[in-house]
Amino acid sequence: MSNLYLAYAATWIIHIVYILFLSRKAARLRAEVKELER
Amino acid sequence: MSDLASLTGSNLAKDLRLEWRSKDALNAMLFFALLVAVIFSFSFDPTAEESRQIAGGLIWVAFLFAAIVALNQAWARELRNQVLDAYRVSPAPANALFLGKALGNFIFISVIELLLAPLFVVFYNLRSIGPGYQLVIVAALGTWALVVNGTFFAALSLRTRSREVMLPLLLFPISIPALLGMVEGTTAILTGESSPRLWISLLLVYDVVFTTICLLLFETVLHAE
Amino acid sequence: MRPGFLIYALATMALLSYALYQGMMVAPTERTMGEIQRIFYYHVPSAWTAFLCFIANFLASIAYLVRRNPKADAFAVTTAEVGVVFTTVVLITGPLWAKPVWGIWWTWDARLTTTLVLWLIYVSYLMFRRFSTGQQTATLAAALAIFGFIDVPIVYMSIRWWRTQHPKPVIAGGAGSGIDPEMWSALLWNLAAFVAFAGLLIWVRYRLERTRQQIDELHALQALASTEGTLTR
Repeated sequence: MSNLYLAYAATWIIHIVYILFLSRKAARLRAEVKELER
Repeated sequence: MSDLASLTGSNLAKDLRLEWRSKDALNAMLFFALLVAVIFSFSFDPTAEESRQIAGGLIWVAFLFAAIVALNQAWARELRNQVLDAYRVSPAPANALFLGKALGNFIFISVIELLLAPLFVVFYNLRSIGPGYQLVIVAALGTWALVVNGTFFAALSLRTRSREVMLPLLLFPISIPALLGMVEGTTAILTGESSPRLWISLLLVYDVVFTTICLLLFETVLHAE
Repeated sequence: MRPGFLIYALATMALLSYALYQGMMVAPTERTMGEIQRIFYYHVPSAWTAFLCFIANFLASIAYLVRRNPKADAFAVTTAEVGVVFTTVVLITGPLWAKPVWGIWWTWDARLTTTLVLWLIYVSYLMFRRFSTGQQTATLAAALAIFGFIDVPIVYMSIRWWRTQHPKPVIAGGAGSGIDPEMWSALLWNLAAFVAFAGLLIWVRYRLERTRQQIDELHALQALASTEGTLTR
């Protein structure tokens, strides 16, 4: 039964990790754009 | 069409001639496959009964690794001598280059297999229960499956970092159905427990589908390099 | 953040919450497996969503080879990444369900194995894109994507045949056998929710890729300008 909650938690952990990866990518791109605008 | 055929033929002849003169790759592949066979013997110590069950898998993994060694330098000569650039500007059909290269690789790897098969028979005390000629069919179809995709992916990987790792990385997942066909087909024939017909059909379908895709896309890949 | 995006994001959150409620509360408990079966409502929609992503990747790759439009390439890498994320979810939730139900973490059955191979194929695609140098990555990757996608049905068939040759212990109630009509509702709500969520991820990732492409283009123009002394169009 606890596997059920583990599975749901794992699903969201995976998605959150991906979202974090995307936000880091976005931050890096924003820095590059700023660099270019100089 | 005969244009394609004759060009393919001359590409093939050139590759074979060059390879025969140096024999570098051939020796390396041969020795590598032999080493794999020996190492597997230490890892798995099968009885005669068991060996028929697992020989299929062992042999094909050994050949797979040998094939990767060969395919990794499939285009090395062309790269060194700017042959690809020359081909891009010539009106010759790109597929002649691809087919010549693929057929050359096919012959090299088949030679390795022919030389190593007796060794495996000796190491694992193999005796085929099913008809032996079917083993040749499975080997031919399976080897072509690896070679056709391998030659194509080797071309894809020419401009990547860690090129030697990229080729098996790309080839292995996509070759899984072919590997399954080779291993299961060989096992079916050796053990005589089932008909290899299913696996031979699988390999045939795989070969037709992927040879077609390779031929359709090689021109694009050549010009993209 | 654009207002349209915000509304879409909020709607998706609402949908996901409602779908969770459907899966956990509304759907009836399965007779033989019990509560653990509810993993189903995350596992199956994720698999279908992943597959939709890979179909999109296939179409985008073909579109790129035909038109060479960078938008198609951006869409291709986006859908491959999101597809891999959802496939990872499938591969993690699968064994978590299998262990209590079948007693084993993994089995080489057709569906699970094909999912693993699918994951391997598209991860290798993403790695190829990362390791490839030179200007033509998009074209080469598109060719690779076509190989990968066409391989999938062949992989599935070959593993099906492999498994019928080596029958596994008979497993009662495989993932997807006999769905109670009351369960369909929860399943479909979660499918809708996860497809919407995938759309959200794709939207964000696509925008990032387009930005990346535009930055690269600007870098290239700058390099050109610095060597020639004038900005050319």
